[in-house]
Amino acid sequence: MNHWIIAPIVLPAMSAAILVLLGSKLGLQRALNLAVTLGLVAINLNLAMGAADGSVGVYALGDWPAPFGIVLVLDRLSAIMLLLTSIIALASLLYALRGSDASGKYFHALFQFLLMGLNGAFLTGDFFNLFVFFEVLLIASYGLLLHGSGGPRLKAGFHYVAINLTGSALFLIGVTLLYAMTGTLNMADMALKVAAAPAGDAALIRAGALIMLVVFAIKAALLPLYFWLPDAYSVAKAPVAAMFAIMTKVGAYAVIRIYTLIFGAAAGVAADVAMPWLLPVALATMVLATVGALASGSVRVLASYLTVTSVGTIFVGIGLFTPTALSAALYYLAHSTVTISLLFLLADLIGRNRGDVRDRLTRTFPVAQPALLGWLFLLGAAAVAGVPPLSGFLGKVMLLQGAQNHAHAVWVWAVVLGSALFMLIAMARAGSMLFWHVDTDPDTARVDSGMHASRADLVPLALLIGCIVALTIWAGPAARYTAAAANDLMQPAGYIRAVLGDSPALQSFGRSAPAVVERGGQGS
Amino acid sequence: MELLVASGIGVLVACGVYLLLRARTYPVVLGLTLLSYGVNLFIFVMGRMAPGRPPVIDPQASAYTDPLPQALVLTAIVIGFGMTAFSVVLALRARAETGSDHVDGSADTGVAR
Repeated sequence: MNHWIIAPIVLPAMSAAILVLLGSKLGLQRALNLAVTLGLVAINLNLAMGAADGSVGVYALGDWPAPFGIVLVLDRLSAIMLLLTSIIALASLLYALRGSDASGKYFHALFQFLLMGLNGAFLTGDFFNLFVFFEVLLIASYGLLLHGSGGPRLKAGFHYVAINLTGSALFLIGVTLLYAMTGTLNMADMALKVAAAPAGDAALIRAGALIMLVVFAIKAALLPLYFWLPDAYSVAKAPVAAMFAIMTKVGAYAVIRIYTLIFGAAAGVAADVAMPWLLPVALATMVLATVGALASGSVRVLASYLTVTSVGTIFVGIGLFTPTALSAALYYLAHSTVTISLLFLLADLIGRNRGDVRDRLTRTFPVAQPALLGWLFLLGAAAVAGVPPLSGFLGKVMLLQGAQNHAHAVWVWAVVLGSALFMLIAMARAGSMLFWHVDTDPDTARVDSGMHASRADLVPLALLIGCIVALTIWAGPAARYTAAAANDLMQPAGYIRAVLGDSPALQSFGRSAPAVVERGGQGS
Repeated sequence: MELLVASGIGVLVACGVYLLLRARTYPVVLGLTLLSYGVNLFIFVMGRMAPGRPPVIDPQASAYTDPLPQALVLTAIVIGFGMTAFSVVLALRARAETGSDHVDGSADTGVAR
C-alpha cells in the first residue's frame, strides 16, 4: 500500500490544527503554510507521475477491506485534480503573503482546511466520505470568503452559506436514498449494485442520481443554480477568489466521477441518467454567463462570470460523453482554473493601481503601470477567450473535435465559438475602459507609489502564466494524460477491480456494457 | 407508522423550505434548521423502519436493524449543529455591520430588485 496517497489529506489536516494554535504569530503561520503548500505541490506531482502508468492506487484506511472500510483511490483523474489544486494554492498563498492574509487571524488555518477538504474530495472512494470532505471544504470556504469582513462580504457570505447548506441537505437526501437502494456507500461497490439493480428499483435510483446532479450543479454553478457565484466571488479577497477558482471544479470532478463510474453506460436501469440534462444545461450556462460577462461593471464581476462560462465549457465536454470530449474537458479544466485564478489576482493589481475606483469599469485617471498591467490583461484576455496560441485555444479545438460526430454538433460549435467571441469583446471593452478611456486632467488625484504592483506581487502571476505556457508547450503530453484519464473513466471496470478485486459481479458488469466500446469508437 | 414518519419529514421539509425563502435572516436560519431536521429523520428511516431491534450485536436478538444510517445521521447532526451555530453568528454579524436583518443587507435593495 502506497502511504503517500493519504499525505495530501493528513498533511493539511495536521498543519491546520497547528496553525490554529499559532494564533497571532503571523510570521510562523506564513512559514508553516508556505512549507506545507510547497510540500503538497511536490507530493502531488509525485503522485501524478506515479498514476501516469494507469495504475489505480487504493488506500484502505485502517486496512479494512473495501466495501466495509473507507478507501482512498488515486487514479489519473484524481491525480490531475490534486496537482491542479496544489498549484493554484501555491499561487494564491504567494499572493496572500503580500499582506492580505493579515486582516484576520485564521487565514492560514482556514486555507489548509480548505486544501484538506479539496484533496479529500478528489481522493475518496466512498460516497458519504465525499459528503464529509465537501463539508470540510465548504466550512473552510465560508471562513475564507468572510476574510476581511465588511458589509458586502457578509451579505454575499450569508447567501453563499444558505445555498450551500441547502445543497448539503440535498446531498444527504441523495446519498442516503442511494444507500437505501443499494446497501453500500463504497462508490465501486455501488456501481456494481446499481448495474445489477432490478427494474423495480429504477425510479428511486434514478431519483437519487438526479438529486445528486442538482447538488453538484450547485457546487459547479450550472445554469439555474449559478446566481450565488458572481456575488460571492467578486467580494472575496483576491487570493481567496483565486483559490475559489478550483471550487467550482470540485462539482465538475464529482459529476465526472459519479456519472461515469456509478451511473455510466453500464449502469443498467440507471444508465446515462444525467446525460440528457448535461449538454443543454451546459450550453445555456455558457450563453447566459457570457451575457453576464458583457454586462459586468467591474473586473472582478467579469472574472466571476468568466468562471461560470468556463464551467459551462467543461460541462459541454462532459455532456458530449465521448472519450475525446471528456479528455478535452479535463484539459480545458486545468487551463481554465489557472486562467481564472490569474484574472482574479490581476483584477486586484489593477484595482490597487486605480485608487478609490478600484476595479470598477468607470472613467478615472490612468493607471500608474499601463504597460505592465496592459500586457498582463491582454494575456489574460487571450487565455480566457481561447485565442491562439495559448492553451485555451487548444482545449477548445479538442472540444470541438470531440463534438463533431454528435447529433447536436452545430449547437455546440455555435455556442462555444460564439461565447469565445463575446468573451473577447467583454475583455476588450473592460481593457479599453481600464487603460485607454482615462482622464488626463492633471488635477485628478493619483495613487501613491506604495499601491503599485511590485516584483514580489508578480511572482504568483508569473507562476500561473508559466503554467498556461507549459500547458501550451507540452500540450501533447498533457493531452495524452487527459486522454488516458478519459479512457479510464469510460472503462470503469479497471477502477472497480482495483478497489474490490475480481468478482462474479464485475464479470457481468463488463459484459452488460457493450455500449462503452461503441461510444469509445464514436469520438476518435 | 410509515405514513406518520413520512408526513413528519414532509412537513418539516416544507416548513423549512418556506422559511428558507423569507427575506429576513432569522427565519432563514430557522428554515435551514428545520430542513436539516427533516433530512436527519430521512437518513434515519433510510435504514428501513424496524422497531425494537438492536443495531449492534446482542446474543438475545433474533434480528438487527441497519446500524450504518444511525452512524451517518450522527455525522449529519454534528455538521448541521455546527453550521446552525455558524449561520446564527453570521446573521448577527451581518445585522451589526449593515444595520438590517434583511438577507440583501437592506430592505430597499430587496424591493428595488
